Amino acid sequence: MIYLELFITFFKIGLFTIGGGYAMIPLIQQEVVAHGWLTLLELTDFIAVAESTPGPFAVNIATFVGMEMGGLAGALMTTTAVVLPSFIIILFIAKAFTNFQQNKWVQGALYGMRPVVIGLIAAAVWLLMVSGFIIKGAEIHAVSDFFASLHYLEIIIFMIGSFVYFRFRLHPIKLILISAGLGMVFFGVLPMLFNG
Amino acid sequence: MKEKNDYREKLLTVFITFFKIGLFTFGGGYAMIPLIEYETVERHHWIESKDILDIFAIAEATPGVIAVNTATFVGYKVAGFWGSLLATLGVVIPSLTIISIIALFFEQFQSLEWVGYAFKGVRAGVIVLILGAVVKMAKKGTYTPLTVLILVLAFGLASFTDINVIYLLLGGAVTGLIYQLWCSNKQITKKNDEVEK
Repeated sequence: MIYLELFITFFKIGLFTIGGGYAMIPLIQQEVVAHGWLTLLELTDFIAVAESTPGPFAVNIATFVGMEMGGLAGALMTTTAVVLPSFIIILFIAKAFTNFQQNKWVQGALYGMRPVVIGLIAAAVWLLMVSGFIIKGAEIHAVSDFFASLHYLEIIIFMIGSFVYFRFRLHPIKLILISAGLGMVFFGVLPMLFNG
Repeated sequence: MKEKNDYREKLLTVFITFFKIGLFTFGGGYAMIPLIEYETVERHHWIESKDILDIFAIAEATPGVIAVNTATFVGYKVAGFWGSLLATLGVVIPSLTIISIIALFFEQFQSLEWVGYAFKGVRAGVIVLILGAVVKMAKKGTYTPLTVLILVLAFGLASFTDINVIYLLLGGAVTGLIYQLWCSNKQITKKNDEVEK
């Protein structure tokens, strides 16, 4: 019966979270903790792990809870459940879109939605920069506080990354591999050399 | 016979492409956008560059994960139902596999120091990628006072408030519809023609 409960819960999570990504966390937290599948602490730990594993967060958490509660069968169950609602909905939309794309009302709505999407992605860059480059909880009252509260190594990696990516038009995957290498050099190798 | 083989080959390419996208995007949602744009528009020419923004808009405004929604949509456009199924499987299978393994060794994984260092670097690299995607898409946008206002408002509200993005998308859609109602039909159609050129 646990399988059915897992399936229904993650189907619900897949169906009712619009906007994707971290917008899904509150609902996931509510459902998963209320069922007693994970404690709040375990969930927080997992969010940290999910950030360093590939794939969308909602899919990752679904697989993780399924695996913990019902092994591989559970993981397959929850992952299918979280993807199924949007799969069905998008299938219908994709079919209709080819016919309605040129419809003037569809074009009108998209005319207003395109700049929103650009704004949202730009906001994602801004938010990632704030959380990645500024030390958490730093109190900034003056310019000197600001310079003291920066993660300089991350900023240097960002600048090297920007230079090679835009200058040499690298494939995105190559940039990810390069920045992983830089991370190991800056946070692993260099401290070891300097601290003996 | 040849057509059938071509179709199979196409399905395989769709699967492999989205498998790669699923495997190499860390940090979820927005981190996938640059890779999806690169692979589907620039590399395989499955999607025209003017359409990719519409697909992201639809993927965000519908339930579920953006990356999965985009995969399903693009898969359908390229190769119908089977295309959408294989694209979705492709984008999900890497995380399904990796997380299943991690769940077995959860505590050990958390204490892998060097993995942590690598991901600190990757997190900085992902910002570069998303920045690149914004620049690329911004270059293709049409700019009128209205669209610039919408863009700035969406950026500001998403950056500095906790508003759910669905309200921003709805607001954009409603504004676009009112604008369409306001303009004579000719004008907005003309604008869209210009975009296509």
